[in-house]
Amino acid sequence: MMDNSPALVPLLLLAAAIAIPVLAIRKAKLAYPLTMVASFGSVIISSYNVFRVWKNGPLTYHFGGWLPPIGIEYVLDPLSSFVALAVNVIAFFVLWHSGGVQEREIPGKSVPYYALTLLFLCGANGIIATGDLFNLYVFLEIFSLAAYGLIGIGEKKAAVASFRYLIMGVVGGSFYLLGIGFLYIVTGSLNMADIRIILPHVQGNPAVVAGLSLIVIGMGIKMAVFPLHGWLPDAYTHAPSTSSALVAPIGTKIAAYALIRILFFVFGVEFVSRSLPVTDVIAWLSAIGILYGSVMALAQNEMKRMLAYSSIAQIGYIGLGIGLANPLGYIGAVLHILNHAFMKGALFLVAANLRKKTGHSDISRLDVSVRKELPWSMAAFTVAALSMVGLPPTAGFFSKWYLALGAIDRGNWVFLAVILVSSLLNAAYFFRILEKVYLAPPPAQKTGEELHPEAGKGRGLLAGGEEYSLTIPVVVISFSLLLIGLWNATIVKEVIQRILPLGM
Amino acid sequence: MTDFIFGHYIYWAIIALLMIGLYGMIFKNNLVKKLVGMTIFQVSIIMFYVASAVKGSATVPVMDPVTGIADAAKYISPLQHCLMLTAIVVGVATSGVAFSLAILIYRHYKTLDEKVLMEHMKSS
Repeated sequence: MMDNSPALVPLLLLAAAIAIPVLAIRKAKLAYPLTMVASFGSVIISSYNVFRVWKNGPLTYHFGGWLPPIGIEYVLDPLSSFVALAVNVIAFFVLWHSGGVQEREIPGKSVPYYALTLLFLCGANGIIATGDLFNLYVFLEIFSLAAYGLIGIGEKKAAVASFRYLIMGVVGGSFYLLGIGFLYIVTGSLNMADIRIILPHVQGNPAVVAGLSLIVIGMGIKMAVFPLHGWLPDAYTHAPSTSSALVAPIGTKIAAYALIRILFFVFGVEFVSRSLPVTDVIAWLSAIGILYGSVMALAQNEMKRMLAYSSIAQIGYIGLGIGLANPLGYIGAVLHILNHAFMKGALFLVAANLRKKTGHSDISRLDVSVRKELPWSMAAFTVAALSMVGLPPTAGFFSKWYLALGAIDRGNWVFLAVILVSSLLNAAYFFRILEKVYLAPPPAQKTGEELHPEAGKGRGLLAGGEEYSLTIPVVVISFSLLLIGLWNATIVKEVIQRILPLGM
Repeated sequence: MTDFIFGHYIYWAIIALLMIGLYGMIFKNNLVKKLVGMTIFQVSIIMFYVASAVKGSATVPVMDPVTGIADAAKYISPLQHCLMLTAIVVGVATSGVAFSLAILIYRHYKTLDEKVLMEHMKSS
């Protein structure tokens, strides 16, 4: 049983996603506990996988006993097992939190919502674990289809945003499929490790170059790299808060992970950074994206929309780390995938709490009363915001530190300037909110009742009147940002440096 | 030169289909027309894979007692067809989700014209 643990996580999530509509068709209340059980199970199994990988080295799992390159294999190395654990942990806390907000945001839709979240996670885990390019495509589409549903389930505008995301996403997925078609024609294999061995013999072939470009563009759309980011702001803004809190930390990071996997572990650093200037193009586009996202975030008045634009900037950091194509940049990119997942998760959950409490998340209408109503959420928001800005000892500082070192190592001062300027812009748009929340006095004409729309419910509340189920996940996620920051050296040494791509 | 054009005629057809699909997805304003473009786009990729499986003077990949199994060059490659069966299923699922979203949009806004919808999206 436990020998099969690499395949168990996607299998468990897929089985639960199918079981929920069947079991909960009459009792919709069953959906939430079932989801929590499945999500908790995936956390347990993926921690066990991390432990096994840490102890015994990379795990492989061959489906149906067919050996690669003929069969499909799952590969868990230090990188993939760790990313899988991070994704499952963040998803667990977001789902825990969702129990308190989904009734208000998507009334009567809890069964499809939870079934979709589990499909989404199944796709994410499959993408992380798989060692086969076509299998990755299938999981990518499962993952994307669930994400379209999760976004479209929201308010009126969400359907339009989701439709636009779908059109872009299909183009991205199809480009990726076309790209692996080219690779298959040249190499005759779909297994990543096998293609890695065959590719050096056929590198001059134009079909390899075409395949690589198509794959990079396809993944770039899914990842929302700068000129291909058009779908992201609307999708994150109009989705239900609880969906954005799930899709924003996981969605684009998974595509970034897949891009790292394909660029560095299939094509090889040598080919993508020296034979062809692929990584340079990614780095420059990401640098523009960092500035663009930060400036646009500064211009937004709605908190979720601001966080969406900030996501584009943060994706830029990951892209920049990939594009630097040196060990420090690579460490920064992988660390930032982890950090950004936790930061964005915490921030979107606070936005959800804010919407539940006050009914809006307009930055201009925030004031001190919000902090009095939601003291714990706002404390969590502060930690996450400081981490986004990059203040030590929060996690965000260290990934930016590695990226900056990578830029210096590369001798590219423009990138260093971009990182510093964007940190300032981050500070500007987050301190704008913090200032409102901690210093702006409430408008005098508001009566007490308007300020306390849901106050006085009594049971399950924390000191400031916050619900446990809404507060604990937020606080845990943002507290873990401090932990990741303090233990970042361990993570870098034990996880990321153990599997540096060859030739870096 | 003529060999380059006529020798690869199937690929030219596939490129033309790809471009028609992309054109539909980008430039058509009606959402259903966009989805028609999307389907054409996906089908052209399926045709690309199937075309890449073809070998000259080879037969379908079902064992023929006369030909035997000794020479793999006598059969076309079956793998692409298997992959494309999966891709067709993915395409059908995508179309399903897309059409249900289109229905949802029509119920809310009573239109499928993208320009009108974009106006609605801007006004909050």
